[in-house]
Amino acid sequence: MREVAVVAFAQTRHERRQQALNEVEMLMPVLHQVKEELGIDQSQIDFTCSGSTDYLAGTAFSFVTTLDAVGAWPPIVESHVEMDAAWALYEAWVKIQTGEADTALVYGYGKSSPGSLRDVLSRQLDPYYVAPLWPDSVALAALQARACLDAGITTVEEMAEIAARSRRAAESNPYAQLRGSEDPSVLLEEPEIAPPLRRHDCPPISDGAAAVVLAAGDRARELTDRPVWIRGIDHRIDAHALGVRDLTASPSTALAAERAGVADGPVDLAELHAPFTHQEVVLRRALGLGDDVVVNPSGGPLAANPLIAAGLIRIGEAAARIARGEARRAVAHATNGPCLQQNLVCVLEGSD
Amino acid sequence: MGKERVAVVGIGQTKHQATRGDVSIAGLVREAVVEALEDAQMTWADIDAVVLGKAPDFFEGVMMPELYLAEAIGAVGKPLLRVHTAGSVGGSTALVAASLIQARIHRRVLAVAFEKQSESEAMWALTLPIPFSPPLVAGAGGYFAPHVRAYMRRSGAPDHIGILVALKDRTNALKNPKAHLHEEGITFESVRDSIMLWDPIRYSETCPSSDGACAVVLTDEAGGDAADSPAWVLGGAMRSEPTMAPGRDEVNPRAGRECAADVYRQAGITDPRRDIDVAEVYVPFSWYEPMWLENLGFAEEGAGWKLVEEGATAMDGDIPWNPSGGVLSSNPIGASGLIRFAEAALQVRGRAGEHQIDGARVALGHAYGGGSQFFAMWVVGADKPTS
Amino acid sequence: MSGLVLPERLRDLEPVRSIRTPARLEYTYTAGQATSRFLRGIAQRKILGERCHVCGKVILPPRGACPVDGVPTHEQVELPDRGTITTFCVVNVKFSGSAMELPYVCATVVPDGSDMGLFGMVQEIPFDRIRIGMRVEAVWDDEPRPDLASIKWWRPTGEPDVQVDEGRGA
Repeated sequence: MREVAVVAFAQTRHERRQQALNEVEMLMPVLHQVKEELGIDQSQIDFTCSGSTDYLAGTAFSFVTTLDAVGAWPPIVESHVEMDAAWALYEAWVKIQTGEADTALVYGYGKSSPGSLRDVLSRQLDPYYVAPLWPDSVALAALQARACLDAGITTVEEMAEIAARSRRAAESNPYAQLRGSEDPSVLLEEPEIAPPLRRHDCPPISDGAAAVVLAAGDRARELTDRPVWIRGIDHRIDAHALGVRDLTASPSTALAAERAGVADGPVDLAELHAPFTHQEVVLRRALGLGDDVVVNPSGGPLAANPLIAAGLIRIGEAAARIARGEARRAVAHATNGPCLQQNLVCVLEGSD
Repeated sequence: MGKERVAVVGIGQTKHQATRGDVSIAGLVREAVVEALEDAQMTWADIDAVVLGKAPDFFEGVMMPELYLAEAIGAVGKPLLRVHTAGSVGGSTALVAASLIQARIHRRVLAVAFEKQSESEAMWALTLPIPFSPPLVAGAGGYFAPHVRAYMRRSGAPDHIGILVALKDRTNALKNPKAHLHEEGITFESVRDSIMLWDPIRYSETCPSSDGACAVVLTDEAGGDAADSPAWVLGGAMRSEPTMAPGRDEVNPRAGRECAADVYRQAGITDPRRDIDVAEVYVPFSWYEPMWLENLGFAEEGAGWKLVEEGATAMDGDIPWNPSGGVLSSNPIGASGLIRFAEAALQVRGRAGEHQIDGARVALGHAYGGGSQFFAMWVVGADKPTS
Repeated sequence: MSGLVLPERLRDLEPVRSIRTPARLEYTYTAGQATSRFLRGIAQRKILGERCHVCGKVILPPRGACPVDGVPTHEQVELPDRGTITTFCVVNVKFSGSAMELPYVCATVVPDGSDMGLFGMVQEIPFDRIRIGMRVEAVWDDEPRPDLASIKWWRPTGEPDVQVDEGRGA
């Protein structure tokens, strides 16, 4: 395997409604930021890969217009996934592994605000048996939370602690949308909105974008003093039918973690794409993370959840903290689909 | 250490038709996958990873349908990537799948693409109202017709060239049992007299709207060595450029020329008309055959239509294009690119049945999308590459 | 359905072959800053392109970025509502929601001084007399709004045709 590093990361300040800027205008500054940070332009990028979804934008071929933000002239080697952009990063990592590219620009953007997100996400479900019933995304998460509580994997108290810890951590994250929290005991006095979920258990609805630049070996060392190496990366999917899944576990995360080599060394930081509080518990178990691991120091998706970008941001945040010397070895995780159906795990390490 | 060599060892396609009312989306996709696995003499367990491609999700009304299809395509517990690069997506799907093997991450990868246009209204999905702009264009034809007119004027091509291409592809389709359109008795006159939809494009010069799926099993070199008549991937490339840009050539896009140059360089092709035996090229409107003949370097600029007129691209010509009947005869949009790639592989494997080109050893598969701005191509061969 | 064994009480029933599941999603559209600037101009019968500071080309309609250089465009350039047809097609097909009478002509019109064209209808001339290179001018709605439909259509000016580079963006 070639050595591949995250050499730059940028994200927008995530907000509930970005109504001043269209997708191109929202995305372009983060693309400029990563390139300027490295002192490169598009001609020095060997491969470009993005993530987006038409169902958030409400228009077919959303990614086609946002290509304007890249400056794809002369023509570029480019691809796109209709998934969280963490999978675009995976595709870029594969491209570098083939030897066809030494550098890759990865980006993702998502505006959740234009439509009714709960309804939009219901279009992800089995179109014959489930989607016609319009089960909303919060209700499905609540189904999973109930299963976790019944199985004794977590408690509402622990879920409230996760919410409070995440949003307090976000106080030091200028890009986060929700910063600060009441004490868990106060949170628990609030009514349930989709039992057993309370408002604090749910992620904010966010508009935002993010970009990462990857580079191989010596090219990475040329571009930055602090490359953060991808030591392992893998992704897996579970079944779609909720009825056949054990919602209290995430076998796809566990398998991806094994393949990515999470357990091959000590983990001191994890950025987990757990939009709902109970999902952090499910993921910690699947990843085998001990209590000493710092989870979501950025605040995680409970503090800002721009769909499609949110998974890529986990990788970017973990890499940024390693680059700043706040951690040595970190795990970043991204998810796609209802109730953690599809999961990606990435192990990152600094240069010694 | 160079890239791992990649071979195509299994191919499956549905019978494409306007409405496959007998199967669900999952059933349609599975039909192609099962056929590809049987062809590869593999079972579901042999597949390491799956790459799924399709065009806009609004076509079926299912957001990220690969999530719902995970069980049907045997992806549970495996890596599943969902590619979407507009109309070129079928080609990109095969190339992303190949890259997983080239990078030595996986040994056997399933590439699958589909579209079930009958489940929703594709014309509607392509013409979603955008506020503040009048809805002038009806579907893709209205977008591409002006480009065709520009080509006709630029090249001085006579009006009947588009008719010849449609007649050729639809006649070829009669030899392909999987093709959607089987127009027995089609004639030059019947194409010429069909209604002018988006002048200069006639009804019979446009692609149909199809339900269909295609699946391809790719393996590493050892898998190819062990297989019966594999098709070896000799080169693959993708290129993108903006939809609208000052001075962009929308008739002969630079991204297409550069993509072709890249794939030819990898495959050691210096003269495509001479070195390639057969091509499956994405031609959704008949005029795109002469336009792509020039863009892909089979003819000088302005001379593509002469190859059509000479019959060079016919089944018995020196460089047959779309012996399967092409996109003009079957168009499950998201799958159409993968079908081109798969048909190219079928030819060099000698397994194209009645539409087989005798002695085909090197074949081009091509796909494009968006406003003629996204390109994906591969060249496959009967012989294992030496370099 | 062959090979499927149904319970006794279902055997006489017609099998389900398809289901209709209507779906409706509503979205709030954000035009963005560049498009908003452009549309505000349209409401005043002005066609405002934007010049890219890198390549110097006039982008029309502005959508936020120069598609060649990937940078924002800020310098507004007022363009005349007069230009040249670079290509067109005659639409003979009706589609849902359209009230347009058939046939109608859709054309790319490049206003003088612009490096990109606008898509619009051409009228006030028989459709079979429209040509690439024909000079046209905008016919505005009496009460223009911030909507491209405020250019009702383009009509011939009667000036002599000009040479154009067919199908090359501008």
